[in-house]
Amino acid sequence: MVDMRAWVQLISVFMWNPLMGNFISGHIYRGKLKQICIPALNCYSCPGAIGSCPLGSLQTVLADPFYNWSFYVVGWLVVFGSFLGRWICGWICPFGMLQEWLYKAPFVKLALPQWMRWSKYLILLVFVIWIPLAGARTLGLGVPAFCKYICPAGTLEAGLPLVGLVPGLQAAIGSLFVLKMTILFAVIVVSFMIFRPFCRVLCPLGAIYGLFNRVSWYHYKCDRELCAGCGTCANQCRMNVDPAREANSPECIRCGDCLQKCPQGALSAVYGFNSKTEAIGNE
Amino acid sequence: MLRLVLPALGLAMILFGLLRNEHLTVWAKAITICLECVGIG
Repeated sequence: MVDMRAWVQLISVFMWNPLMGNFISGHIYRGKLKQICIPALNCYSCPGAIGSCPLGSLQTVLADPFYNWSFYVVGWLVVFGSFLGRWICGWICPFGMLQEWLYKAPFVKLALPQWMRWSKYLILLVFVIWIPLAGARTLGLGVPAFCKYICPAGTLEAGLPLVGLVPGLQAAIGSLFVLKMTILFAVIVVSFMIFRPFCRVLCPLGAIYGLFNRVSWYHYKCDRELCAGCGTCANQCRMNVDPAREANSPECIRCGDCLQKCPQGALSAVYGFNSKTEAIGNE
Repeated sequence: MLRLVLPALGLAMILFGLLRNEHLTVWAKAITICLECVGIG
């Protein structure tokens, strides 16, 4: 399953960014497909992108004084979250894949303090919702603050290629670019030591999808009669989840490691709207 | 029950957003280089 996940992750990079020729020309796609939000964090200014990042889209609509809320983007998030939850993070997020691959490098490994998981909810409330909304109401135009001040995926997927290809952008580089490059660099360096630090600490999209993990069609189940309480699943979980206690934790990205390693076969993945739906496998 | 209600609610919100032309605001932003995302403005 782990190998299959790596392939799905790689394919998803090209699924969200199929227009590789734009990385040479320095253009971005301007077609109507960009009216549609994709499930993963993938910058719409990435030269290869054909869809819209749901976080960028949400901030854009909230920052527009014409709207008080974005039913359209929140609707996409609810649909994606309801069906898949944080499976999206574990399987089809290009920036998640990058962090995961960096973590495979032989380097000293560190644990992340549990309390740091809460910071992504604060970032969601302040940078994704409050600042864009407040700006629209008080100044007449809000700022997509997460994209502007934090998002390292945007810096990597859009900032670096476009600044490298478009001379006009090179001339406009300032302290903001330095800030965003510093954040990207920090995330990359920390990813060698901590598993998916951006996903666990900073990503508002992961925070949103995590809220759906308990109610999403794709979810995990722990058979209490089979579980021996050995702790194998919790010990091997790189997201610091205890699947035996909380199989549908908001932190679980559905990587499937615990399903494979449970010696009793007590953990299983389930897909369906009925809580009694048959398991689709534990391998 | 919630597993049925939530996707339906999400679809209803997408349709309502389409009626409010929110998708055009998303589109307008997505087809021009986002200077905030790039780290310029």
